[in-house]
Amino acid sequence: MDQKIRVLIAKPGLDGHDRGAKIVARALRDAGMEVVYTGLHQTAEMIVETAIQEDVNVIGLSLLSGAHMTLFKDVTKLLNAKGLNDVLIIGGGIIPEEDVSKLKKAGVSGVFGPGTHCEDIVRFIRKNVKK
Amino acid sequence: MYDKKELDNIKRKKVEWNKECYSQHVKNRAERKKKFNNLSSLKIENIYTPDDVAHLDYDKHLGFPGIYPFLRGIHPTMYRGRLWTMRQFSGFGSAEETNKRYKYLLEHGETGLSVAFDYPTLYGYDTDQPLSRGEFGKCGVAISSLKDMEILFNGISIDEVTTSMTINGPAAIVWAFYMANAENRGISKQSIGGTIQNDILKEYIAQKSFIFPPEPSMRLIVDTFEYGFKEVPRWNTISISGYHIREAGSTAIQELAFTLGDGLEYVRWAIKRGLKIDDFAQRLSFFFNAHNDFFEEIAKYRAARRIWSQEMRNLGAKKDRSLYMRFHTQTAGCTLTAQQPEINIARVTMQALSSILGGTQSLHTNSMDEALALPSAKAARIALRTQQVIAEESGVTDTVDPLGGSYYIEWLTDKMVEETYKYFDKVEKLGGVIPAIEKGFFQREIAESSYKYQKEIDEKERIMVGVNKYQMDEPIEIPILKMDEKGEERQINRLKKLRKNRNNSKVDRNLSNLRKAADGDKNLMPFILECVHSYATLGETCDILREVFGEYTEPAIY
Amino acid sequence: MNDIAAKVLEGDQRSIARLITLAENGSPLAASGMKKIHPYTGNAYVIGITGVMGSGKSTLIYELTKEYRRKGLKVGIIAIDPTSPFSGGALLGDRIRMMDLATDDGVFIRSMGTRGMLGGLTSAVYDVVEILDASGKDLVLVETVGVGQAEVDVIKIADTTLVVLVPGLGDSIQTIKAGIMEIADIYIVNKADRFGVEQAVAELESLIDIACTGKDRKTPVLTTVAKENKGIVELINEIENHKKHLKKTKMFDAKRRKRYEAELVEIIRKRLMNFIFDESTFKGKVESLIDQISKKEVDPYTAAEEILGKILK
Ligand SMILES: Nc1nc2c(ncn2[C@@H]2O[C@H](COP(=O)(O)OP(=O)(O)OP(=O)(O)O)[C@@H](O)[C@H]2O)c(=O)[nH]1
Ligand SMILES: [Mg+2]
Repeated sequence: MDQKIRVLIAKPGLDGHDRGAKIVARALRDAGMEVVYTGLHQTAEMIVETAIQEDVNVIGLSLLSGAHMTLFKDVTKLLNAKGLNDVLIIGGGIIPEEDVSKLKKAGVSGVFGPGTHCEDIVRFIRKNVKK
Repeated sequence: MYDKKELDNIKRKKVEWNKECYSQHVKNRAERKKKFNNLSSLKIENIYTPDDVAHLDYDKHLGFPGIYPFLRGIHPTMYRGRLWTMRQFSGFGSAEETNKRYKYLLEHGETGLSVAFDYPTLYGYDTDQPLSRGEFGKCGVAISSLKDMEILFNGISIDEVTTSMTINGPAAIVWAFYMANAENRGISKQSIGGTIQNDILKEYIAQKSFIFPPEPSMRLIVDTFEYGFKEVPRWNTISISGYHIREAGSTAIQELAFTLGDGLEYVRWAIKRGLKIDDFAQRLSFFFNAHNDFFEEIAKYRAARRIWSQEMRNLGAKKDRSLYMRFHTQTAGCTLTAQQPEINIARVTMQALSSILGGTQSLHTNSMDEALALPSAKAARIALRTQQVIAEESGVTDTVDPLGGSYYIEWLTDKMVEETYKYFDKVEKLGGVIPAIEKGFFQREIAESSYKYQKEIDEKERIMVGVNKYQMDEPIEIPILKMDEKGEERQINRLKKLRKNRNNSKVDRNLSNLRKAADGDKNLMPFILECVHSYATLGETCDILREVFGEYTEPAIY
Repeated sequence: MNDIAAKVLEGDQRSIARLITLAENGSPLAASGMKKIHPYTGNAYVIGITGVMGSGKSTLIYELTKEYRRKGLKVGIIAIDPTSPFSGGALLGDRIRMMDLATDDGVFIRSMGTRGMLGGLTSAVYDVVEILDASGKDLVLVETVGVGQAEVDVIKIADTTLVVLVPGLGDSIQTIKAGIMEIADIYIVNKADRFGVEQAVAELESLIDIACTGKDRKTPVLTTVAKENKGIVELINEIENHKKHLKKTKMFDAKRRKRYEAELVEIIRKRLMNFIFDESTFKGKVESLIDQISKKEVDPYTAAEEILGKILK
């Protein structure tokens, strides 16, 4: 069997800062994962449908505008509604400490701020991937 | 620049010194690093001497401040005459909240305003459009109509203070809001001053807040050039920006080369339209990043002035003012750390100093908490005070271009000029700026550099204090700005009310006139102004243009 | 697990996605599903799209799909990107051009890495075509990796093969020299908004004239501006013409037979390799033979014969 970790890197919301998303995408590829990148301005529906069709193990959401509380939660809610509970969700961006715990409660298992080592993200995924 | 005999002597002595002195010392104690490279991966030597700058001709390549090629400064007196404009980029939440912040900053000695808009505004959406969900006021202020613009500048003397607006895709419309507001207050368009960023090329390249495809976008921009020099002569109709290219992860050389390349592209489009270069060139301005590598940054600004004046001359500019590379600087947001945020003050100080030694016309210093959230009032004040300390206490403003003549600086400046021309050649081979964008050339170059930079940090080849060295495990204790939670609701209600109370048949007529004009090739500014005056919203006006022009999607580049 | 096949036949998106993953990972569970769905396949028309990097393949697929959807047809899309030979990872970016289709339940898009296969396809692509076919898609569009040197495997799977070129830089000629001439059923010169279209088309046609003399069908050349949805309807008509031509000349069945042959060979190859390199069978033997080859104690041919001898006995 030739199983690979498949990751969807998505940018919900309107901000165009994809530097972080792209660096992470490349680092995950270099760690042997298959990374689907969706481009900018994704709605929660698009992200969830893509995650289904691509059968990914991980969804990485990146957002720097500060709209993470609304938009990350839109995604986790929809995933729950569709019964996709074996997907690991991680998020990145400028996210204040107090929001981190709220996001974790909402189902975003890992939250990574500026200055995160790509290695740490790889390690986190390997350790927590569910299927 | 030197006498041949003297130079030979120096060369000889340098070889001797390297052999007999320097390497002896290295034998006793090895250098700290195997290689010393700057952020653009240029190899930096142990010492620079007249030998490294001997090929330069003082008059031709450096000259005097205020005289071609302006490398040492665009004004003869520089900061001996007037300090740079201290212009702090700010905006958040509703127009009311941001208006308060502006008054606060002006009271504390700020000398110019700079508006940050939220994402919906940057994309030409109203707060109540579906894609705006969750984004209201997050990264800047929400401006959906002339009404919001009126509130934003309420009680601020827009005939005295100049305003810079960071807006690109919908720049023409937001500028129209500003003009309409001035007119309604009885201030003529001739007397207002400021800048719209209006630089769409770098959006495709780096920042990604684009709306329309390149061609119609360029048309709109040339429309603003043309309208500007005729009707609003004190307005900078573009701020050609390297800042975002750098933030997206480019090197200093790429920032320099891509930005100036974009600038020349705008000039060519305007000439193609039939505008005279000396009419519009003086209203072009630039915007650069101030990153960590102190000397490299200084060299970058100096190189930019030389290249720009040379190239503008080649394109036929005659007036001195057309040759000036005037620029605003902002310290690099991407260098700020969430860890031990107070040390960001030290970073910002160094970065600000580099831009001042590089001769900037205006400056924004970042607040220490910006890697965490929008700046709090105190953090914003400290950032402004940082500029004031440099201006009033350090003495660096007493002479013009104080680092001019440093062997290292002059060598590096010239080297960056050389590297920039190499990039110009590459882009030309790809068919010009827009074809290179469509082929993903710039995007790929930047992605490479940013990946490399991140790897160097991950592997500790490059140190970020507090991130990969001198880390501390401590809770982050910076008070973070809280926004008025009712702001979004108030804004949506305001929009509803506006749509009900305005003269809607007039709005429809103006919008349909705009559609017709957009289909043809008339200058769109007067049509946009009509729409805006009748309180057509940003989203409504932009949707018309979206219909006619279509929307842009980017090539996939990692 | 038994009902995954049933659910695929109903067109359930998640089951389709799951079965594809199993097939791609070479899971034994995939085989039972694949066996069940085969009787329900053969209805989907398969279009292969190949061409140089960045020529607009994904954009064309997006526009074609929108047009097919307007006609009420269901579409499956397989977008293949190269797997890094160093890390085994892949960046799959073709979807960027198609995100509008993500929420249309008449469309299923799957991005795949080549996972070591050369030739522009990926090993599991035959399975994926069958799965999408069985799930009720009327069309399956396959985008190969965008390199354009020897990525000609797409003809093994496609009923109609589109070769996408762009004007300028003389790369059209280059590609044809590289052997793509033989595989095209329809040529597309995309980015016809760019300078040099007429020249590219003229060059192509003169080459086709030489290549097609004496044949009953001359490969047509179409121009498109995928980005602006220009030339798409014409392209669909031309695909329809080619389909009719295949049916009329009985080439259609021959093509399908070729596909099954390729699929069969691929399944056998994969199973055989897995068998040989599996821990529980020969892996140890293989390793020790490699050591012996390195030490010149045995030559590679003898070593290969030894392993094959064990299997064939
Ligand atoms: N000028 C022009 N650009 C086009 C046209 N069609 C596509 N493009 C642009 O070409 C670039 C590449 O398009 P894609 O559809 O991603 O090309 P591709 O062949 O799928 O690329 P790979 O999968 O990377 O090989 C994008 O920026 C498109 O917007 C066209 O007709 N004219
Ligand atoms: Mg593609």
